[in-house]
Amino acid sequence: MALPIYASPLERIWHYTYIAICVLIFLFLIGPILVVIPLSFTADAYFSFTDKMLHFDPAGYSLRWYDTLLTLGHPAPDGPRDANWWAMAWERSTWIQAAKNSFWVGLWATILATVLGTIAALGLSRPEMPGRRIIMAILISPMIVPIIIIAVGMSFFYAKACVAPDSAMNAIFGWMLSSKGCLANSYLGVIIAHAVLGIPFVIITVTATMSGFDQSLIRAAHSMGANPRVTFFKVVMPLILPGIISGALFAFVTSFDEVVAVLFIAGPEQQTIPRQMFNGIREAISPAILAVATILVIISVLLLATVELLRRRSERLRGVTPR
Amino acid sequence: MAEAATTLLTTSDGRPLKAALATAQARAKRRAFLLVLPLLLFVLLTFLIPIGYMLKRSFEHDGFSASAPGLSAWFAQNPGFDPANPPEEAYAALVSDLALMQKEKTTGMAGTRINYTVPGTISLFKAGARAAKDLQPPYKDALLAVDPEWGMPRLWRAMEAASSPYTTEFYQVATDRKLGDDGWGRGADQDRIYLFLFFKTFLVSGAITLICLLLAFPVAHLLAVLPMSKSSLLMILVLLPFWTSLLVRTTAWIALLQEQGIVNDLLVWMGLLSNDNRLQAMYNMTGTIVAMTHVLLPFMILPLYSVMRVIPPSYARAARSLGATSWTTFRRIYVPQTLPGIAAGSLLVFILAVGYYITPALVGGADGQLISNLISFHMAKSNWSLAAALAAMLLAAILVLYWLYDRLIGIDRLKLG
Repeated sequence: MALPIYASPLERIWHYTYIAICVLIFLFLIGPILVVIPLSFTADAYFSFTDKMLHFDPAGYSLRWYDTLLTLGHPAPDGPRDANWWAMAWERSTWIQAAKNSFWVGLWATILATVLGTIAALGLSRPEMPGRRIIMAILISPMIVPIIIIAVGMSFFYAKACVAPDSAMNAIFGWMLSSKGCLANSYLGVIIAHAVLGIPFVIITVTATMSGFDQSLIRAAHSMGANPRVTFFKVVMPLILPGIISGALFAFVTSFDEVVAVLFIAGPEQQTIPRQMFNGIREAISPAILAVATILVIISVLLLATVELLRRRSERLRGVTPR
Repeated sequence: MAEAATTLLTTSDGRPLKAALATAQARAKRRAFLLVLPLLLFVLLTFLIPIGYMLKRSFEHDGFSASAPGLSAWFAQNPGFDPANPPEEAYAALVSDLALMQKEKTTGMAGTRINYTVPGTISLFKAGARAAKDLQPPYKDALLAVDPEWGMPRLWRAMEAASSPYTTEFYQVATDRKLGDDGWGRGADQDRIYLFLFFKTFLVSGAITLICLLLAFPVAHLLAVLPMSKSSLLMILVLLPFWTSLLVRTTAWIALLQEQGIVNDLLVWMGLLSNDNRLQAMYNMTGTIVAMTHVLLPFMILPLYSVMRVIPPSYARAARSLGATSWTTFRRIYVPQTLPGIAAGSLLVFILAVGYYITPALVGGADGQLISNLISFHMAKSNWSLAAALAAMLLAAILVLYWLYDRLIGIDRLKLG
């Protein structure tokens, strides 16, 4: 990127203008995310920097909005903070409940999407796979079809997807469904919806990893007497694991960030963090949202770091050295 | 060679080689397909069938046909009646159905169904149903005495169409057509809200795509020409927004752009704005465009970057050495080589923008709403069939774009990060 020695003055000016433009665009990309972090430590109920904050007056900063995350919905928010209080916060705090729901829904949706998606990606990356193009198009479509359409379709369908109260189906699946025995307003419904949304990410990352995978390794394993199960776990899996994990992380983040499907198909019980934030932004906007946002930014930094490390490991394993 | 052509090649156990190969290939195909099958079934059950069911709902509404059996039967027997002057027996069937609705408390459902095509009929049906029990023959005059609107030809047309649970009327409504006394026609210009919103959504998405392209091009170029060690550091600045929750980014834009927000504070402090003349950049179309551009920008940068990274610098050098100016080199040598990336990024951003819901819902205010928000509005109002028809139209547009993306770029070349 260094400027050649023969560059004319005009080219020099343009070069530095170009760098300045790029810096501004990077600022546009990253600035809004960074600005949330100091704002969340405000002592006032405003969504903006106060005079005290700008003068670095300690009185302008506080942890009260982080505290709100613990106390909102707590039966005794001002009580002494003993073990009992913390246990109650863990059981009753609105935000902690939302975090738990988000975590469990995300975990199960990720497991469902990753297991099914990885197996399918193995089939899709075989050269013999019939109709690959159309099947890929179908499996990727949840990422392309607007979420509102998926949510509308699911909300119609889930309201009808019920089991009779006294049937054998209800005895098996009833505990996962809503009190009326339907997919609507149930955890299972939300998990399935999020798994569908996560599948394209698993398919894309795993097939991308498989494209650098040497298929003759499978034949070599077979020729040495390994059965398909051993071949998968001992030969294929270790090589494509970075792809599987980053696909799983994408699926988890998709679920962890998803609000529209939850708004349409979930009941009041399935309160997740994004839903709580969405309602918070719509109704009473308080800096508690910024505190949650800061925590989420930290989580996404950690996830991004994990994915980057995995990608580099995968490139090293496949012998692709960075330029 | 002549010998090879006449003797059939066989495997060691004596089967013809061709047949053995065909069997083996069929088995390999079957195995590959069996691996995909579980996921395909899962997606079919939980994604394709719900969407198919939604499409069915867009053609279906039994609010009137189920609650007015007598009149529905009469319409079935008299297909060619004159809507301007329905006979006494039709009115008799209507009055008995209205009495039935009052008893079964289904007036609201029937009125709502007719209300889609003839606005203002819910109250008409409620008043009619309340009076129906006490009406005496001749029913035509009696009902017209309750409200002369019962004689409207378009009402009778609407009731005839609603006597079957299956209808394309929701698509007529969703394309801004109006039921008049002479049948369906183009609606008045000020009522053409749905097509206008579709048009607006596409226009806004196009604008966002263009802004994203203008912002992404220099950044992607910089990332592509920098040495890998530096560009992977800068890449983090692109990927972090990509990984950050959409709601976090939307919240951040509210904090930045609202009237008492950081951008306005900064401009006032710098003296560029007076305090009582702050920018209205949030809760309107500006807010929607800025926030959506920010959200979708990584989707433009990543495909552009992956194309630009493999463009060899020697072409540009050759052009310069042949006497082209730097601008000509850029325009005629560099940009044409980035076209696959431009196409991939633009189509992806456009597709994602057209269906956007959360950002416009939170920062769009009244003016910055897109078609997804209208679908959600009708869902909330229980206008399910109309919401489904609008969603089906949006889906059709998206599928065309998706098909185009697959043709031009190929879905299997979609990359993440």
